Amino acid sequence: MVTLLINGEAKTVDAPADMPLLWVLRDIVGLTGTKFGCGIAQCGACTVHLDGKPVRSCLLPVGAIGSRAVTTIEGIGSTPEGAKVQRAWLDLEVVQCGYCQSGQIMSAAALLASTPDPGDAAIDAAMAGNICRCGTYVRIRDAIKRAARS
Amino acid sequence: MSERSLPGTSRRTLLGSAAAGVFVLAFRLPLAEAAVPNAPVGSPPEPGPFAPNAFIRIDAEGRTTLVMPQVEMGQGVYTAIAMVMAEELDADWHRIALEPAPPDEKHYANPMLGVQATGNSNSIRAFWMPLRKAAAGARALLIAAAARKWNADPASCTAENGAVIHKPTGRRLDYGAVAASANGVPPADPPLKSPSEFRLIGKPLKRLDTPSKVDGSEVYGIDVMLPGMKFATLAASPVFGGKVGHVDDRAARTVPGVRQVVVLDDLVAVVGDHMWAAKQGLDALDIEWDPGPNAKVDSAQVWREIRAASEKPGLVAKTRGDAGKALSEGERIEAHYQLPFLAHATMEPINCTVHLGADRCELWLGTQIAARVRETAAKVAGLPPENVIVHNRIIGGGFGRRLEPDMVDKAVRIARQVEGPLKVVWTREEDIRHDIYRPVYYDRLAATLKDGRIDGWHHRVTGSAVVARWLPAAFAGNHNIDFDTVDSAVDVPYAIPNLRVEVVRCEPPAVPTGFWRGVGPNNNVFAIESFIDELAKKAGKDPVEFRRAMLGKTPRLLAALDLAAEKSGWGKPLPAGHGRGVSCQVSFASFIATVAHVEVRKDGDVRLHRLTTAVDTGIAVNPDTIVAQLQGGMIFGATAALFGEITIDKGRVVQSNFNDYRMLRIDEAPAIDVHLIRSGEPPGGIGETGTTTAPPAIRNAIFAATGIALRRLPIDREVLAGRKPA
Repeated sequence: MVTLLINGEAKTVDAPADMPLLWVLRDIVGLTGTKFGCGIAQCGACTVHLDGKPVRSCLLPVGAIGSRAVTTIEGIGSTPEGAKVQRAWLDLEVVQCGYCQSGQIMSAAALLASTPDPGDAAIDAAMAGNICRCGTYVRIRDAIKRAARS
Repeated sequence: MSERSLPGTSRRTLLGSAAAGVFVLAFRLPLAEAAVPNAPVGSPPEPGPFAPNAFIRIDAEGRTTLVMPQVEMGQGVYTAIAMVMAEELDADWHRIALEPAPPDEKHYANPMLGVQATGNSNSIRAFWMPLRKAAAGARALLIAAAARKWNADPASCTAENGAVIHKPTGRRLDYGAVAASANGVPPADPPLKSPSEFRLIGKPLKRLDTPSKVDGSEVYGIDVMLPGMKFATLAASPVFGGKVGHVDDRAARTVPGVRQVVVLDDLVAVVGDHMWAAKQGLDALDIEWDPGPNAKVDSAQVWREIRAASEKPGLVAKTRGDAGKALSEGERIEAHYQLPFLAHATMEPINCTVHLGADRCELWLGTQIAARVRETAAKVAGLPPENVIVHNRIIGGGFGRRLEPDMVDKAVRIARQVEGPLKVVWTREEDIRHDIYRPVYYDRLAATLKDGRIDGWHHRVTGSAVVARWLPAAFAGNHNIDFDTVDSAVDVPYAIPNLRVEVVRCEPPAVPTGFWRGVGPNNNVFAIESFIDELAKKAGKDPVEFRRAMLGKTPRLLAALDLAAEKSGWGKPLPAGHGRGVSCQVSFASFIATVAHVEVRKDGDVRLHRLTTAVDTGIAVNPDTIVAQLQGGMIFGATAALFGEITIDKGRVVQSNFNDYRMLRIDEAPAIDVHLIRSGEPPGGIGETGTTTAPPAIRNAIFAATGIALRRLPIDREVLAGRKPA
């Protein structure tokens, strides 16, 4: 049994300690907004926050999380940066198929929390781990800048 | 079995017929997909009282349900189709609900494909008129019903925002208020709006599918959760066509959460309480494969065979003038171009959830072919198709991958061995190694020049005939010429007096091939536009000027070329190592020109600085979606140009995941400028145009920067670094 703090709620789950957080969220807790994309931390679709820092949940064993707070796409809207990013994503119509966008939004919200007014280089550095197959990158850049100014 | 127990398959026949000729009198009333898809499937909501055709229902509250005959996979088509329908229906945009069409070839076949499928960038082209007529006919019935209530002349009434208005008195009746009395036979040819009357079409409306994708609540196929569901992942024979030899599952069975190991003829699956258990279990299996006849196939053999095939004359797909004579006069310029296998790598890995019972089968997945998927499941399950229910979900990337039913075949075969609902999810490795790949192509082009223009032209395309497998009737009906293989080659836009286009069908050994975003034009536009640049150089002409001189009879493309050249700063000086390249095409009934600005570094790496594209796609239903499709499509094409290649060794795919099958990332993405040309022409296709236009523009920019004429993709950095001959 592992107890996790997910989006402000304590959840006790019957999961082995080496089970990645991704599958605990999706298949046990039922929070399917966090996506499986590659399983090897190459695509960023599974990005969540641990104490506000972006991590790839596909390689993060739940046993290693301890008391750190897990925030997922379902909870990010209640943080100021998350709300701004989601608003900008809507305003600029970033999304196409949308499958990677949970991860994109999580990475972008973490970027704004640490770098409130990022330039292109900071955006590239923070977002290069998130693949978008639909190629929404130019709108992601614009939306992060818009969110930063809002 | 009662109809009640089979939501999604009940049939009802109502009075009335769809206005469009492609629809018939009796129709199925599609039932709403559960609004909360993870809720157990229960009783469907009662259909609205007004149901004039297979696409529209309006209930007593005026809620308007629009049935989507094409699937949403990111291209924005749900919103665009809804706009087209709401426009002619004069529906209230804020009271519409969308639902996917059930599998039903009779009512939802794509008029351009003849089957229920979403592809070839033709959703709007195919459904533009039928849906406008269907909606206008519905509107006429609603107006007639209101006029009857008012005892007024229908001609004195109009409609807007989901209500009928009596013009002389200003009285209004909501569509909901007349819905119950509006059923009837719609007029055969209802008047359609002129573009100046459009209220929705042409406006950059917000996409209807965005909010649920931004807050994580959208339920893709892979997200479906059912009570009691188990999770499975699978390994198919790594060698194409191989079989399972021996499986030692002792270690796998000790993995916590593993419930079952399913061994089939050609694959092994592990079933567990969650994907992690299934994955761990699969990794713990010791599988001996019987590789079968393909164990020695490799990329060298693939290229040898296609090259040899390309040396023989092919079927003639198009002739004009006397190409043989023109090519025998003057200097014959010749070049060969090659494109590799590509995987689709949709971000949502391949998956299919199945609940198989004794007499019914339910499927949850995102598919571009709902009806074929149902047929596939029915066949495997041994059930009549009407006992198979398909819950078609919003798709996390299609790109042609989900035009195939293989994942359903595998999932249902596994599910036959498992009690209760089962979600089958492929690992990314399985997804890359068991794709149905973009074919390899080998293009031979030859030309002669006269007075600085092309005089003779010979293009021989060699590659798979995907259509022969996927739509055999269309292949046979076209004299065994795959219309897709020669798309954008037979209709090369330049004024070339003497032309001959041939096609050689060559199926690669072992490797299954299928449609991949950009389809046939991907290959042809790359080969043609690369060759055009080489001819321009030979003629001593600027690449834009060389093209311009041959586009007098294609004014829409000429205008796009001029605009792209102007906006890109064509001709302005660039630093050493930089170059601009241009590409033009008429594909999917859209006219596109793109200029790429690239930098080739000393180490052979290529940086994309800017892509500038101009497009005339006719009436732009949702201009913002069109811009987005070009932005994203160009990234998709640029990814292929810079990185994309699937190689084969020992009968298996070498690449496995995003570490060795590279995607363009944001730090490699160029600035992109898209310029839409206003047009009153019927809408063209847009979803694949960006993918086809970017690679040749990038290749030609490299040519301009370095003088190196790359003739195959992906770009070869060794060649560009000067470490290897071109």
